[in-house]
Amino acid sequence: MADLGRSLRLWFSPQRVREEGETPDYRFSLANERTFLAWLRTGLALVGGGFAVDQFLPDLRWGVRVGMALVLLAAGALCALRAVNHWVRCERAMRLGEDLPVSRFPAVLGLAVGVVAAAMVLVVLFGWTG
Amino acid sequence: MQPERTRLAWRRTTLSCTVAAVLAARQAVHGGDAETAGVLGAGLSLLVWVAFLVVAQRRIAALGRRARPDPLAARAALAAALCTVALAGFGVAVVW
Repeated sequence: MADLGRSLRLWFSPQRVREEGETPDYRFSLANERTFLAWLRTGLALVGGGFAVDQFLPDLRWGVRVGMALVLLAAGALCALRAVNHWVRCERAMRLGEDLPVSRFPAVLGLAVGVVAAAMVLVVLFGWTG
Repeated sequence: MQPERTRLAWRRTTLSCTVAAVLAARQAVHGGDAETAGVLGAGLSLLVWVAFLVVAQRRIAALGRRARPDPLAARAALAAALCTVALAGFGVAVVW
């Protein structure tokens, strides 16, 4: 919890990231930036998927369609916020020479996407398409 | 080599943002009941897209300026992420 508070403070006062420790090799910072962008793309893809479910599956029952779309949109937003948080924490760890932070998020996201995919298969198999 | 890869990553992400924004605008135009709401929604998603484009373009310019570019500013990272969140929030508002 204390970690989260510190990360949140870093989000909104970015100059503080630069005050701590030493500037790492610029290549490491750029690698961290690319990882951040890759997570952002994942988030954007999930958001796009949410829109696609709503627009291109009009035969689905209303509840199923809206539920899927909302789950995907929420996952996309979460992914983007987590991307910033992880980027800040990695940047900070590199400046202080600490180990990079570990995270359960990729596993959780993978499971969530798997569940949505399985639900989709069930919907198609049992013809709950309204 | 590293700045170039990072530049390309920004370009790819801009492309993803374009796709998401186009889907959002399409949703607003087709999904909404009222026509004014549809136009407003499409305008908002265009605005989000332009905001992302500006962030990406500024970062790409900064990457090309020096041989050893500065790390990404936290403000820019937050702005880029908030564009995604805005599109998602907008989607929730329309789908609901």
